[in-house]
Amino acid sequence: MIGAALVILGVLLYIVGTIFIKGLPSLTLDMITKLPGGGFYLGKEGGILNAIVGSLYIIVGALVISIIISVPLVMYINFYLPLNSLFSNIIRFSLDILFGVPSIVYGAFGFALMIYLGIRASLFGGIIAVGMLIMPIMMRSLDEVARLLSRDLPDALLSLGATKYEMVKVILRQLMPGLITAVLLAVGRGIGDAATVLFTAGYTDNIPNALNQPVATLPLSIFFQLGSPVEEVQNRAYASAIILTIMILILSFSARYFSSKFSKHKI
Amino acid sequence: MMSTNQQLATFTNIPVMDIKEKTQLKKLTNNQSIRIENLDVFIEDQHILKNINLTIPEKRITCIIGPSGCGKSTFLKTLNRMHDESPEVKINGKVYVDDENIYNHEVNVIDTRKKMGLLAQRPCPLPMSIFDNVAYGPRIHGIRKRKAINQTVIQYLQYVGLWDEVRGRVRSSASRLSIGQQQRLCLARGLAIEPEYILGDEATSALDPLSTKKIEELFVKLKEKYTVILVTHTLRQAKRIADHIVFMYMGEIIETGPTEEFFKNPKKQLTKDYLSGSFS
Repeated sequence: MIGAALVILGVLLYIVGTIFIKGLPSLTLDMITKLPGGGFYLGKEGGILNAIVGSLYIIVGALVISIIISVPLVMYINFYLPLNSLFSNIIRFSLDILFGVPSIVYGAFGFALMIYLGIRASLFGGIIAVGMLIMPIMMRSLDEVARLLSRDLPDALLSLGATKYEMVKVILRQLMPGLITAVLLAVGRGIGDAATVLFTAGYTDNIPNALNQPVATLPLSIFFQLGSPVEEVQNRAYASAIILTIMILILSFSARYFSSKFSKHKI
Repeated sequence: MMSTNQQLATFTNIPVMDIKEKTQLKKLTNNQSIRIENLDVFIEDQHILKNINLTIPEKRITCIIGPSGCGKSTFLKTLNRMHDESPEVKINGKVYVDDENIYNHEVNVIDTRKKMGLLAQRPCPLPMSIFDNVAYGPRIHGIRKRKAINQTVIQYLQYVGLWDEVRGRVRSSASRLSIGQQQRLCLARGLAIEPEYILGDEATSALDPLSTKKIEELFVKLKEKYTVILVTHTLRQAKRIADHIVFMYMGEIIETGPTEEFFKNPKKQLTKDYLSGSFS
């Protein structure tokens, strides 16, 4: 068992170590402040600002869509429907299936949908595909915390004469840390996923100014840089991986900070 | 550094003198009456309450006693229609509250619940500040004026004897209070919706003896204005504070009567056995 623990630690150290040793020398301020210049992928000047901003655009858009859909759904199956009703169990079962669908399938499905609608690879397509990917993740983890909530709170609210809607608004305050965790899980999965954005978001060296323009993403940026024959560019891929890791860390810490702020009255 | 009184005045926006004056509770003019006729309650296929006929005396404390699982809590829940949330519960019969059958289709469930202040077994403060906990009820029932809300909150916190303990920190979390204080906060929160009836579902079973005493004293004080119905499993508590006793066993009412007579001369053999402790 100790051996197994050591293996896990070793793998983690090896991955982080490789990224940092290869990436750190190439990690310059230019990397995060400049767009790729001409011949960037052949070792010339530039940075990956396009991919950083693109990834943020996509994940923010996808989060907005999935929060708008998953919060009401989870509230509905947990607090509007009676306990263990058939419909809520059907929903939970469907979420389990969606949860297990590989991300490339969402990418392919998104692509098919875009062809049907006549949209080309764009920010909008990327947002929809990543949104579909992270929605089941958010719903499932929010559902877990909602199910663990003691029935005392809904009962107390209803006995005060609150309507279901008023009740849910108070319950959401209590569930705020759970919602933040759900968002974090979803962001962690969505921001680093290459397969969903491969067909749907496209790739560009610029920052898009509209929803119908293609957009670069960090995972694809890493992919293209690693594919370059120039060693310097390959090292930049590792530097991009550092940037991606740090971005997720920042998001996670800030989410925890806001979570403790919003939930200071939690029981 | 501001003094406590100044701080108080700033957040409440009303002069300090007003707070110190003894506030009067709102007068409840109409007669209170609860009358239950031929009530049967089924949960799935189980017959939980069997043919309950009962009139609850007005502005008195009525204690419902009986062994665990005899349907006391189920009965209490029929009074504020909390069974509405569970589709597996079937209710037959009539429950007249203020001469209106609350299971009539025209009766709004929220109006019924507003008439009943419920004190649950374990205190469950809302995830808000102490102030907002008490203000929640008035707010959802449409009171918007800050001054009115401030006054209501202070009045009921004073009524339950919590004001002196929490003044100066009413904006902090309700979860920081001790469990006894939380239960009194929940009572103040229930009173703030200005109910006519107070329901207590073993409201002191989670509390220490001192907090229990405080809550019991409050119940006695409450019967001046409200009709109080308590479910309890401690006979001593029923003896101490009740005016009327309802003894239930296996979903049926076995015996009812004024407290003194009930404990001195129980009429039924089952009651005698229960009081002597042969079963519980």
